[in-house]
Amino acid sequence: MPSHSAAIDRSLLLSGKDLERRLGDRLLWSQLDLELAAGDRLGLVAPSGAGKTLLLRTLALLDPPQAGRFNLLGSPPAGWGLPRWRAMVSYLAQRPVAAGGTVETNLRAPWRFREHRGQVGWSHERITSWLEALGRDPSFLRYDAERLSGGELQLLALLRVLQFDPTVLLLDEPTASLDGATTAAVEALLIAWLAAEPRAAVLISHDGDQIERFATRTLELQP
Amino acid sequence: MTPSTTGALSISDGRLALSALLVLVNVGLSAALRLGLGRSLLLASVRMVVQLLLVGFVLEWLFRQDNAPLILLVGAAMALIAGVSAVQRTRHRFAGIYLNSLLSVMASSALVTGLAVTGLIQPQPWYNPQYLIPLLGMVLGNTLNGLSLGLDRFMEGLRSGRDQVETDLALGATRWEACQAVVRDAIRVAMIPTINSMMVMGLVSLPGMMTGQILQGAAPAAAVRYQIVILFMIASATALGVFAVVGLAYGRLTSVDHQLRLDRLFAVGGATPSPATWTFPPWRRRGRG
Repeated sequence: MPSHSAAIDRSLLLSGKDLERRLGDRLLWSQLDLELAAGDRLGLVAPSGAGKTLLLRTLALLDPPQAGRFNLLGSPPAGWGLPRWRAMVSYLAQRPVAAGGTVETNLRAPWRFREHRGQVGWSHERITSWLEALGRDPSFLRYDAERLSGGELQLLALLRVLQFDPTVLLLDEPTASLDGATTAAVEALLIAWLAAEPRAAVLISHDGDQIERFATRTLELQP
Repeated sequence: MTPSTTGALSISDGRLALSALLVLVNVGLSAALRLGLGRSLLLASVRMVVQLLLVGFVLEWLFRQDNAPLILLVGAAMALIAGVSAVQRTRHRFAGIYLNSLLSVMASSALVTGLAVTGLIQPQPWYNPQYLIPLLGMVLGNTLNGLSLGLDRFMEGLRSGRDQVETDLALGATRWEACQAVVRDAIRVAMIPTINSMMVMGLVSLPGMMTGQILQGAAPAAAVRYQIVILFMIASATALGVFAVVGLAYGRLTSVDHQLRLDRLFAVGGATPSPATWTFPPWRRRGRG
């Protein structure tokens, strides 16, 4: 397995070449090349149904491969192993879900995955500092996760993925259910988090202003 | 008739016909309440009578046989029917589901029934059809229910829990870490009927085999011993069969690349509710926005 620290200085983080995606007989996109360098915040722009979500799922290798070659920090998916790949190229789904228990239970649960064992693990301080940045009280951690509002659920899902510090964060409408103030706080938090290490993000948003504010460049999918 | 000298009283043709009048109770009730069950009740009655009378002849012939391959072939045919029936009740299927079910049924029932006739009950010879066939039949009948429940629960569980499973995968879970809750739930549900029936055995239900033996003149204490053996056989065969069939389905509906392969599932018939009405898990319904 390639070492993380050796490759980290290179500015190219993730690349996908000749990507292609079909849905039934319909060709959504083909011959798509995509490169993400450290600091990139790529906004995905396309009409509904053009396959934006599927592109993010493809990069996270959540769907069976159709066509294309992938590379992360110089190694293909097989070199990393799929769980490690997804821990580093993390997809934040459009419809977040939580299991039973409190918010904290849900944030702690993925630390039990083999992939994350032996790492620093759950950090209460880190999560509460993020909560503070998002204008939430630490008591949020004790809320019943199954009774959260759609917006709160999005915050839970964001913190859940952010705590593992993925190299590439794939954001699928992460603020769709949030109010304006919290949306701005999320954007600021993400930009600061991205700048702290060589990281990159891809953002899907149907809010053109958000793309404008957040993205350093955009990619348009032609239907 | 059986060679037993202390057999149960035999039922004459006339009295057998008389018993069929009992179904008129159901038909009358159905007519009075307009349940519309008349046709299916009559059809079910006729099927039951014809199937059992035929089986009576077949068993009389079979019990005279002393040919191990032939008896095993009959056993395999029974397992085949059980394996196919287990899939019939599922709402979704995938390519290879029949083979998976068949393998699970055959392996579990062969192992458990084989142990019973060679070790626990020891008829002479071990393939004595008078023992082997009824024992196998009881094991298969119950395994079939477990398999059916386990398969259906597993596939529906993956469908309704898809977002949760994929959330875990996206956070770096292996396919087993992401699916184990669904696997466990399917096996648990499949075992419930067996555990329930053992719980109330003798209190609520007197099993058919025991009743039969007692009618035949066997001492209840001896009949009970048979019943204990058969219940343990049923429980272990069901557990093994369910474990195998859910395991095979898990292998089929996930990939070595730790992906969920629900694209391999297809719905059966047109009776499936539309996905829009399937807002399970419930937290997706609550607190949107």
